[in-house]
Amino acid sequence: MNPHLPSSLRYTRSHEWVRMEDQIATIGITDHAQRELTDVVFVELPPAGRTLKAGDSCAVVESVKTASDIYTPLSGEVIECNPALAGSPGLVNSDPYGQGWFFKLRPSDPGELDRLLSAEAYSQSIGS
Amino acid sequence: MSVATGKRTPLYSRHTEMGARCIEFGGWLMPLQYSGILAEHHAVRNAAGLFDVSHMGQFRVAGPGAADALDRLLTNDIRRLAVGQGQYTLMCNPDGGVLDDLIVYRMAETEYRLVVNASRTAADWAWMEARISTPSASTSVDLSDLGPAWGILALQGPLALSILAQFIARHGPSTASPALLSSLRRFHLMALPMGGGTAWVARTGYTGEDGVEMLVPAGHLLEVWDRLLETGRPQGLLPVGLGARDTLRLEACLPLYGHELTEQITPLEAGLDRFVCLDKPAFVGREALIAQKSRGAPRRCVAFRLAHSGPPPRPQYAIFSQTDPPCPIGEVASGTQSPTLGAGIGMGYVPPEFAAPETPIHIDIRGRLTSAIVTPKPLYRRPIPPPAKPLKP
Repeated sequence: MNPHLPSSLRYTRSHEWVRMEDQIATIGITDHAQRELTDVVFVELPPAGRTLKAGDSCAVVESVKTASDIYTPLSGEVIECNPALAGSPGLVNSDPYGQGWFFKLRPSDPGELDRLLSAEAYSQSIGS
Repeated sequence: MSVATGKRTPLYSRHTEMGARCIEFGGWLMPLQYSGILAEHHAVRNAAGLFDVSHMGQFRVAGPGAADALDRLLTNDIRRLAVGQGQYTLMCNPDGGVLDDLIVYRMAETEYRLVVNASRTAADWAWMEARISTPSASTSVDLSDLGPAWGILALQGPLALSILAQFIARHGPSTASPALLSSLRRFHLMALPMGGGTAWVARTGYTGEDGVEMLVPAGHLLEVWDRLLETGRPQGLLPVGLGARDTLRLEACLPLYGHELTEQITPLEAGLDRFVCLDKPAFVGREALIAQKSRGAPRRCVAFRLAHSGPPPRPQYAIFSQTDPPCPIGEVASGTQSPTLGAGIGMGYVPPEFAAPETPIHIDIRGRLTSAIVTPKPLYRRPIPPPAKPLKP
């Protein structure tokens, strides 16, 4: 298994990942994305309770160099944001699939998950 | 993935071997970062960093008419330069707008070297060639582009000089003693013979730290790069890319062409008055600058920092007054999260009535008016080392 692309996750072309556990989706950005961004210095997350539609711009990740929009891969209600990112935004760089997660969402349309990319398909989309 | 294109310095392969991520900058493919922008930034503030800045242009202007010709094109007073000395200066258009900011060194009695911005090299060359290589002047002034034959390495940080001294002691010629290096004054040059050629070490930089910039013949660049890194690594020396170069220079409030300086901005607006010698009898832009000085510059380049933690300011974000209602008063030229200060910082242009330190302003950060404070330049000043102990009490 490629540690930079866990096969248990689903991916988007815009470099987000989704982990489904007990009908809750955890969302973050990929290792490839954090490398491209350079050191993350600030993350702005959607408040818990907000309802999102797949593809909505819902968060902003700021690196030393630039600000980038993050798009939710799935529709649903935000139930929790990662509180650790406020004090330690560098977790996005050091542990993008673990402690660097962005937010958790209760999906409203489980069918959307099937339209996301597998690790293999995402890997091809970034040419790695 | 898109493949970046651009000219490559002689160190390009070394950068990629070292894991650098390269980007296009000013027509060149240059390292953005090696280990990471933050780690590289802190290395320069606390130990030392080594930069490949061979993308910068180098011109040689020589001959009995060289000083006169340059004096008419540059804003600073070139007559003040002794052999072995350099100065920061600007080249303006007739409206006083900045064509480029550069350093000119007096290499010999009638020989000068200009180090110009990569993104401006072609425009500078065309501008200078048209004004220097005229039939009347060409007999007394020779303008040549040293670009491909020369590179530049910058060694910056509190340990830069001691690392360079060790490098010279280990690898340098016996004629260049480390003692000479420690007496090298700001903006002065010394020759460093190497192999068949000569490199030049100048006490200059673009980081706000002590350090040197080394003009090195292209054939010796790789050897100097490798040996400097090998010498300095144990003391914390890191290779540094353009990402940290930008955060370092912004903390030090040094202008970057294309951001704080453009053809539409004058040196007086940019706060670079002390590099403009209006007393000189003639130089391009003089009349426009004298007129602007007498009526006052309509805008000033200020430094600011955000009042609270939050997303950092970025280039082109609008600046608003802290009035009711807030009015647009200018635009951010450069902005980032300062790794040293841990706050959002930037530079931007505002009317003079908003330019005084402590003036509260707003930055429009993606639709949110965010409180900021005009702050004296530089935003970061290196700690002054303790005075050397007198030899005898």
